[in-house]
Amino acid sequence: MSETVNGSVVIAHDVGLHARPSVKLTKLAKGFASTLEIAGTAEGPWIDAKSIVKVMAMKAKQHSTLFVRAAGADAQAAVDAVISLVHRDFDEAGDGH
Amino acid sequence: MGTSHLGTGASDGLFIGPVRRLGQAAADRQGTGHADTERAALQDAIASAIAGLTTLLARVEGEAQDILGFQVAMLEDDALSAPALSAIDSGTPAHDAWASALDSEIAGYEASDDEYFRARAADLRDIRDRVLRHLSGSGATSGTSGAVLVSEDIAPTTFLETDWSGGGAIALMRGSTTSHVAMLARARGIPMVVSLGELPQHVATLAVNGGSGTVLADPDDAQRAGFDAALASDAQARGLEEKFRLAPAMRRSGARIDILINVAGVEELDHIDPASCDGIGLMRSEFLFRDGAPLPDEETQYRAYRRFVEWAAGKPVTIRTLDIGGDKPVRGLTPDGEANPFLGLRGVRLTLAREDVFRTQLRALARAAVHGNLKVMVPMVTVPLELTRSAALFDACVAELRQQGIASQRPPLGIMVEVPAVAVLPELFDAAAFFSIGSNDLTQYVTASSRDDVRVASLNDPSHPAVTALISRVARFGQEAGIPVSLCGDMASEPKHLATLLDAGLTSLSVAPARIARLKAALAEL
Repeated sequence: MSETVNGSVVIAHDVGLHARPSVKLTKLAKGFASTLEIAGTAEGPWIDAKSIVKVMAMKAKQHSTLFVRAAGADAQAAVDAVISLVHRDFDEAGDGH
Repeated sequence: MGTSHLGTGASDGLFIGPVRRLGQAAADRQGTGHADTERAALQDAIASAIAGLTTLLARVEGEAQDILGFQVAMLEDDALSAPALSAIDSGTPAHDAWASALDSEIAGYEASDDEYFRARAADLRDIRDRVLRHLSGSGATSGTSGAVLVSEDIAPTTFLETDWSGGGAIALMRGSTTSHVAMLARARGIPMVVSLGELPQHVATLAVNGGSGTVLADPDDAQRAGFDAALASDAQARGLEEKFRLAPAMRRSGARIDILINVAGVEELDHIDPASCDGIGLMRSEFLFRDGAPLPDEETQYRAYRRFVEWAAGKPVTIRTLDIGGDKPVRGLTPDGEANPFLGLRGVRLTLAREDVFRTQLRALARAAVHGNLKVMVPMVTVPLELTRSAALFDACVAELRQQGIASQRPPLGIMVEVPAVAVLPELFDAAAFFSIGSNDLTQYVTASSRDDVRVASLNDPSHPAVTALISRVARFGQEAGIPVSLCGDMASEPKHLATLLDAGLTSLSVAPARIARLKAALAEL
C-alpha cells in the first residue's frame, strides 16, 4: 500500500507560496497519514509538506511548478488534495489577479 | 539638566515614566549550564509564546490575523527549534542557541530576491524576540505598564500586547505618524513621538509630549516639576471633559449634534464604548490592504466589516471603499511612478479601473450589511458617472449574491466630497444617498498645498474662507435636497474649528475617537 504517488501543479497565486497559502498547505498536509513532500523540480530536493518552516523556506513564486509526492495508505488522496488546493488558488477567490 | 529632543508628534498627550528599550530582550539571561534545563526552558518559552499569540489572535482581523496565524504555525513546527535544540545538546545556552538558529532563518529570508519573502524576515525577528523575552522571564511585553517604549520602530503586535492600563508612551527613533501603530496609539490615547533620530544610550526616564513632538531625557528636579505641573493641568482638563464622554453631544442651546468616530482597524474598537458616539462616520477599509501583503479575499473582508457593524449595534456605520493611491500606495494595485499621485489614479478612479478588486469589496460589504446599519461611500468622486457606475456595480454584486443564495443587502451609497468639482456643484450629485466632506483632501486641493510639505503647511489651512465657503455650500444643498451631510476630516477633531463648522450648518461630525470627550465638552459651550 505504500506505493509512491506523484503529481505536479503550477502556482497561479499572486505572490506564490507566501505565508497564508503555506499555512493552508501545511494544515491540509497534516490531515493525511501518508508522508507528503513537495519540491520545486522533479528531481527534488524534496521537503516535508507538513512543515511550514520548510515550505516557506522554498520561497516558491507565482508561475513556478510545484511537484508533489506522497507515500502511504492515503497517498493518492493526499496528492489530489494538494493539487486541488493550489488549483483553487488556496481558496483566495477574488484576490484580484 | 536633561536634554530635550525634537521629533514629530504622532499622538497627543503627556506622559513621564521609566524607559523600556525594545530589542534588548535576553541581554540579561544567564545559561544554567545544564542541557536538560536549557532544553526545557526553550520549550517552555516557545509554548508561552504560542499561548500569548493565540490569545491575541482572537482580538484581531485581516492582515494582523494572518501575520499572527503564520507566527503560531511557525512556532508550532518542530523544524524551527530543531537546530537550536541540537546546539543546546552540545552545550550552548538556550537563548544563544535560539537566537543563532533564528538568525540563520532570518538571513535566508533577507537574501531572497522576492520582496514579499524578504518582508517575512521581520516576522521571523518578531518570533525570535518574542521567545527570547519569554526565556529571559520578561514574558510578553506585559510588564511594561506605565513605561515609555523606546525603539527604532515597533510592530503593531507589540502595541497590542502591551499592557497600557497604567498609562505609557512611545518614543521612536524612526517611525511615522501614519503607521498602524500611530493610529492605534491615537485611538487609545497613548502619547507618541516619532522621528526622534538618535537618543542618548543610557536614559532612565523620559518625559513625552505627544502634542509638541518633544521628549525630555532624564529631567532634573526643576524640569520634572514643570512637566508635572503641565501633567496636572492636562489631567484636570481631561477630567472635566470625561464627564461628557457618555452624554449625548449637544450645544448649549440643547440642539443635538451627531458625533461619530473615524476608525481604521478592528483593534481600535476594543477600547471605545459604543455608547460614547453616534456611530462610525468613517471606516477606512485600507487597513485590510497593506502594502506588500496579498489582497484580502471576500471572506476576510466580510468578517472584518461585520465586526464593525456588530460593534455599533444598530448605530450607523459608514465604510469607505478602498482609498489608495495618492500618499497610500499599494504595490500591484496603485500605478508606479506617477508624476503627481494626488492628481492621479486614486480612490474610486482606481477601483473602477480594477473592477475585480472593487467587486470583491462590494460583495463583502453587501454581505456585512445584513448584520446592522451599514452605509457605504466612495472616495475621490469627480463626475456623476463615477457614482452611477459604482452604484450599478453594487447592484450587480447584490443580484449575484442573491442568485448564489448568499444573504446580502444593498446598503445606501454615498460619496466623499473632497474634490473641489463636487463641492462647487453638489447638485450634480443628487443621486448620492449622503455626502461626507473629506476636509483634508478638500483643503489640499482648494489651497493647492500639500499636507506633507512643511514649507507650505501654513497654506494648508482648513479654515481658509474658500474652504469653509465650500463646506457651507455643500451643507446648504444637503438641507435643501434632503441629503444628509457629515464632515469626517481632521478639521472636525479640532475644537477650534467647531464654531466654523456649526455656522456652516453641519450637524454631524466624525472625529478621532480620542477626541470624543473633548469635543463634546467644547460643543456644550457653543
